[in-house]
Amino acid sequence: MSELKELIQDKLSKESFSGNGSLKALSQKGLELFNEQGIPTVKHEEWKYTRISAVLNKDFSYAEGATAITAKDVEEFRLPGHEAANELVFVNGIYHAELSNIRSSVDELVILPLAEAVKGEYKSIVDGNLGHSAGYHKDGINALNNAFAYQGLFISIKKNKSVEHPLYCYYINDARTVNVLSQPRTLIHVAVNAEVKIVEEEVTIGTSDSFINKISEIVVEENAQVHLYKIQNEDSHSSCVKTTHVRQVGVSKVNSVTITLNGGVIRNNLNFILEAPGCESNMYGLYCVKGDTHVDNHTIVDNKMPNSLSNELYKGIIDENATAVFNGKIFVRQDAQKTNAYQSNKNILLSDTATVNTKPQLEIFADDVKCSHGCTIGRLDDEALFYLQSRGIGDKAAKALLLHAFAIEVLEKIELEPIRQYVDQIISERLDFEI
Amino acid sequence: MLSIKNLQARIEEKEILKGINLDIKPGEVHAIMGPNGSGKSTLASVLAGRADYEVTDGSVEFLGKDLLELSPEDRAREGVFLAFQYPIEIPGVSTTNFVKTAVNEIRKYRGQEPMDAVAFLKLMKERMKLVNIDQALLSRSLNEGFSGGEKKRNEIFQMAMLEPKLAILDETDSGLDIDALRIVAEGVNKLKSKDNATLVITHYQRLLDYIVPDYVHILYKGRIVKTGGKELALELEEKGYDFIKEELGEEVEA
Amino acid sequence: MSEMLNTLEQTALSEYKYGWVTDIEADEAPPGLSEDIVRFISAKKNEPEWMLEWRLKAYRHWLKMTEPEWANVKYPKVDYNSIKYYSAPKQKKTLNSLDEVDPELRATFEKLGISLDEQKRLSNVAVDAVIDSVSIATTFKKELAELGIIFCSMSEAVQEHPELIKKWLGSVVPMTDNYFSALNSAVFSDGSFCYIPKGVKSPMELSTYFRINAENTGQFERTLIVAEEGSYVSYLEGCTAPMRDENQLHAAVVEIVALDNAEVKYSTVQNWYPGDKDGKGGIFNFVTKRGICAGVNSKISWTQVETGSAVTWKYPSVILKGDNSQGEFYSVAVTNNHQQADTGTKMMHIGKNTRSRIVSKGISAGFSQNSYRGLVQVGKNATNARNFSQCDSLLLGDKCGAHTFPYIEVKNSTAQVEHEATTSKIGEDQIFYCNQRGLDTETAVALIINGFAKEVMNQLPMEFAVEAQKLLAISLEGSVG
Repeated sequence: MSELKELIQDKLSKESFSGNGSLKALSQKGLELFNEQGIPTVKHEEWKYTRISAVLNKDFSYAEGATAITAKDVEEFRLPGHEAANELVFVNGIYHAELSNIRSSVDELVILPLAEAVKGEYKSIVDGNLGHSAGYHKDGINALNNAFAYQGLFISIKKNKSVEHPLYCYYINDARTVNVLSQPRTLIHVAVNAEVKIVEEEVTIGTSDSFINKISEIVVEENAQVHLYKIQNEDSHSSCVKTTHVRQVGVSKVNSVTITLNGGVIRNNLNFILEAPGCESNMYGLYCVKGDTHVDNHTIVDNKMPNSLSNELYKGIIDENATAVFNGKIFVRQDAQKTNAYQSNKNILLSDTATVNTKPQLEIFADDVKCSHGCTIGRLDDEALFYLQSRGIGDKAAKALLLHAFAIEVLEKIELEPIRQYVDQIISERLDFEI
Repeated sequence: MLSIKNLQARIEEKEILKGINLDIKPGEVHAIMGPNGSGKSTLASVLAGRADYEVTDGSVEFLGKDLLELSPEDRAREGVFLAFQYPIEIPGVSTTNFVKTAVNEIRKYRGQEPMDAVAFLKLMKERMKLVNIDQALLSRSLNEGFSGGEKKRNEIFQMAMLEPKLAILDETDSGLDIDALRIVAEGVNKLKSKDNATLVITHYQRLLDYIVPDYVHILYKGRIVKTGGKELALELEEKGYDFIKEELGEEVEA
Repeated sequence: MSEMLNTLEQTALSEYKYGWVTDIEADEAPPGLSEDIVRFISAKKNEPEWMLEWRLKAYRHWLKMTEPEWANVKYPKVDYNSIKYYSAPKQKKTLNSLDEVDPELRATFEKLGISLDEQKRLSNVAVDAVIDSVSIATTFKKELAELGIIFCSMSEAVQEHPELIKKWLGSVVPMTDNYFSALNSAVFSDGSFCYIPKGVKSPMELSTYFRINAENTGQFERTLIVAEEGSYVSYLEGCTAPMRDENQLHAAVVEIVALDNAEVKYSTVQNWYPGDKDGKGGIFNFVTKRGICAGVNSKISWTQVETGSAVTWKYPSVILKGDNSQGEFYSVAVTNNHQQADTGTKMMHIGKNTRSRIVSKGISAGFSQNSYRGLVQVGKNATNARNFSQCDSLLLGDKCGAHTFPYIEVKNSTAQVEHEATTSKIGEDQIFYCNQRGLDTETAVALIINGFAKEVMNQLPMEFAVEAQKLLAISLEGSVG
């Protein structure tokens, strides 16, 4: 812990901030808060079930310049459909333009370092949105990323543009020689009437430990549509805290699908702040984990204005020694009358050493609302299993069939065909199910 | 008994009733028919006092009182009963308990002693027969999980228990098969007397085969455009609502 | 609807029925908490040395603890040194029979509807009446004793049945369990003890009625129920307090032990003074209630109707240790004006085939905050554990809040856990429908609310159900049309 603090102090002392006032302020505030709070322990209510300090209790380095990732390395893990995608490559937390491949033109898609964006025409967007997630995560982890936000990237989808090529973002940690801690930061601006699909994947190269502490803040304007897909499929030495913070500032629609397949300790924070009346937000998640994987999905839906609809469905299949945590919080503020908010979390445990901790929460301050949440933890339906068996399907195949059916409800929400097929393939292999 | 004069009403900014005139005397059965959107259900709601509707002009006198001045519960206590088109569900409250509360609230208003449990049960048993409703249904939560027919029968059962002076049946036939329709209509007929009146609101003529009206009014675009005897309903059934439009000199859509 | 909202805003709280004070001379400890006070209480009760040691141990531990802050409630810090930890109405001497109870005290309980006259009581309820720090009378002791049932005040139990107290006191809620249970262990002044011997089904409901009377005192009662193999008891608890401008602390501990095949049903109607309509005064109700299904096939069922107290912090729980044991929690919590309630349950499944059921109905009105907080835990060895939870909230008005915080922790793949929660309001169309049948809005709302709470109300013993239903209506009077 103290080592981590030293590492961070040391790094920040070497940086020079020139001219970018709000970035500097955010960084300083982040550092202060980090020094004060440190890495959250399990005594912190929001970290009750996820011992992130144990993961960070190691020697980490930034190794930003020292990496030698080549285009050939990137080739190894490109996702299906990349031929028609904008590919954004981040190495050890920093956007790498040479390794990236941008197909869309600049009148659709603008990509700028935050340090530049804060000076020009996007100044008010950066100033008004960067660091907004800190209000929802008052802990050292969020603060730590803020300290390094000045290295981040700004992405803008221009007004009235529907970006044809989805954005594939690869977050690569080069852990071939040392343990790497990276802190990618993006601010994505989706302008009025624009539409975009974004796919994110983390990749660790090498066998040392990797930790990604990432924050993406997304501002969605009037009539815009955003699809967010996350795929998490790493080894046990790769851990991450990923915060995705979506502000819907105009009537808009945002869908998010988070697929977690493997990894070390994975914490996903997903926040939807509904700041305009009539927004629609859909949050889907599937965690199909085994080994010692620990996955923690924390979601917040904050309904601030009337007539919004939010839908949330997270499903989990937990095997071997894996642990899953689901913590979903729905706020309905006093002005958010006629809100409809639904949340559902369903879990199947496949082994006696698997654990699930779930905590669906409602905080309602308006009376004319329809809110419900439900969660179940159980095993496969014996009746269904028997029915399949009575039709001549073997026990193993019947189980695979039912588990796949359980998962498909979430998989179907991925509206990018190559990605959906890719994920389905992995899940099917995992479940021994033949598509 | 009921005297409606130039009644005009709107919901939000939309004018729906544009000057209704109607007189109902004790012992009479009136039917109001009309195409969708003509204002039939609005008239029922305004008479019962639903707050969403704003009366902009006209008057309604009921047994010498200004009905529009009364709260919905006082209208009910004075003897106006509305059989809802879509009866509401109230979880956890049994129909028996609900009706008992209603009966005693109305008795209290009329300065009568509350009915004791024995007398109430006796009355209930007697009235249940009228609409062929089952005891088991009445001990379940009000309308919760009831079929369409059960809900409508429950409405008529409540009408039998509350003994209104004026019963307004709002599309009571909708969603009923022929057997259920007959049971409901028979219930209504048995409750008819020389002292009470019935206002039947319906889109179709078939209910009027069972509840025979003394007068039939055709409501169209917020006004009563034609009044006649029961044969008017048959004529309407035969020719469809287009004949009204023709009579009014409106263009009929092909 | 507008009518309903209008009446909502009027928020004229009906008078709290039990707000009066009895003028009785009291034997009191000076305010403040120290080892000396602990010794003072123990000496007042003429306790054996082991009991004093137990208290002191708890007190020393309490000193090292900090007040919990995780609950969704806000209240001014309690000054533990301004509270009087002991206050007993001065009675002439030891009572030989119930007839000797001070007429003033007798009248106090009569006024609360609790008759200490056995002839006048419903013959199937035995009462232990506790005022401030002490139990003043227990009815039907003789009849119960014939069956081997012990039903007496905790003070008496310490004297008369030390072996049972030593064995079971603190066995379910250890003195170190939490801040308030440690405090209670140090200074508890009285409460009820109830022991049902093997194979005995108690023929009557046992009940304790708690009354806070004196000013600036805290009430720290301790209840212990032990149900031996194959026994059954239904236990009721009621409580009221005078209206005072300052907050008063009530930190009780209830422990239940159910051995093989035993069943205990515990019902509470909590009606401590909730404070006035501006949130001034009222009881801080910080209570630890826990039962253990220690034996196979045992069952513990908690039913609570919570309408009183300014702040409530209370989670009646069941440890399901015995195989095939069952735990139940049925709760209606009503908050109005500025009341805050953070209440729920914990079901800890340890044994095989254990079952639990949670039904929680929260009703919030005025400016109140009502939270359900519950934990369902299924341990590694709890094969075939089942839980079903249903948490529904009803909001009356847009200035109150309803919160649901269920924690579910499962470590066994054969477990089946289901949780459902909904939040709703009373529909305008429901009100109109009732109006159309001649019910005024106030009656309609009361009817709908009782319907909402029915599943829980049905669990209460008859004697309590009627009272509880009236209480629901009274608690919300003026807040709904």
